[in-house]
Amino acid sequence: MHEPAAGLTAEKIHVWRGDRHVLRGVSFAAEPGRLLHVYGPNGTGKTTLLRVLCGLLRPESGVVRWGTEAIETIRSDYQRAMTYASHEAALKGDLTALENLRYAVGLKRRVADEELRATLERTGVGPCADLPARVLSAGQRRRVAMARVLAMRSALWLLDEPYTNLDAKGGELLTALLDEHAGAGGIALVVAHHALPLAGAVARLELAA
Amino acid sequence: MNVGVARGIWLVLTRELRLGFRRPDQLLQPLVFFLIVTTLFPLALSPLSSMLRAMAPGVLWVAALLASLLSMETLFKADADDGTLEQLALSAQPLGAIVVAKTIAHWLVSGAALVAMSPLVATALSVPERALPTMLASLALGTLTLSWLGAIGAGLTVGLRRGGVLLSLIVLPLAMPLLIFGASATDRAIGGEDPAGALYFLGALCVFTTSLGPLAASAALRITLE
Repeated sequence: MHEPAAGLTAEKIHVWRGDRHVLRGVSFAAEPGRLLHVYGPNGTGKTTLLRVLCGLLRPESGVVRWGTEAIETIRSDYQRAMTYASHEAALKGDLTALENLRYAVGLKRRVADEELRATLERTGVGPCADLPARVLSAGQRRRVAMARVLAMRSALWLLDEPYTNLDAKGGELLTALLDEHAGAGGIALVVAHHALPLAGAVARLELAA
Repeated sequence: MNVGVARGIWLVLTRELRLGFRRPDQLLQPLVFFLIVTTLFPLALSPLSSMLRAMAPGVLWVAALLASLLSMETLFKADADDGTLEQLALSAQPLGAIVVAKTIAHWLVSGAALVAMSPLVATALSVPERALPTMLASLALGTLTLSWLGAIGAGLTVGLRRGGVLLSLIVLPLAMPLLIFGASATDRAIGGEDPAGALYFLGALCVFTTSLGPLAASAALRITLE
């Protein structure tokens, strides 16, 4: 199902935001099948790190590699292998949940509506597929975003606080999906404030103030 | 299976049009503005048809320019606000292709709609029928050029809180040649003269902005996304 996964490595990432030295030499390596839990107090650059890793933000120094290549040099291949979910659900309120997925996933790979409906079903928002996203609750929007991550079928997931707004069942579902993803040889970086109750091995990456 | 650039452009284009038609109020706002501004002039100046005919090119073009400005700010702003712009930028499609699709969609729902409505306004300003083809052609070229200028400006200002004012300050000076040649083409056609020279110039501007616009706007967006 996944493309053959490469590893994600970050080497001495430094980012300044104005005068603030947000990321101070962050390094890690995540090989296929690995879940990485990124944690730390507010304002220590967790979101910034994820934006660097997905290529939206260029670090002042340091390099992010997918396999052996720096991600800037293989931009479109890397983007195909990677899915980023920001802390907002990133849905168009005027489009239905299904349309949101159709346009977001459709740009990365050809996908049929039936498959997208099945994915929405899986994350527990099947009945909302034809409702405009603006009428959904925050938790339902989060589940639609989860369906989008699943439907992308990427080897690498970069998830920024994916547990926010989810109820207990939703949290369990996300945990199960993460375990399944790692079991299939995928990599996931998860920003979360609590310990991840995952079955598989979780590496922890602490960002200090 | 990978998605080609052409299919990517088509998907974004249909997405934009669908979003546009789900929000008819935003679609109609520039058009209604265009109608109202052009009807204000005869009321304020004089309803003499000779007078109307003389000022018609200027009124049409200034109103079209201002109406286009109204809808420009929303080009990337809405997507930036809800986070979907990041998703588009990370969609494995070239950012330039996404900009092309969004700008063409923007032109179809604002510029092209305005062009389609302009004969009505022109008739009200007693523009003779023989000048209509030239007026339509010049407005079509002009609004498309404006959409590209707007895309560059909107890309630069999308991260700012009150980007609208700055956007006008960036775009309006660049739009001066359009106003001059567009109004002159229409004016010459009304007077029964040959408007080809001005139309060629508008065509050249349109080709120029269409070829460089996607590059400039995607570079601007990339900076803003950081």
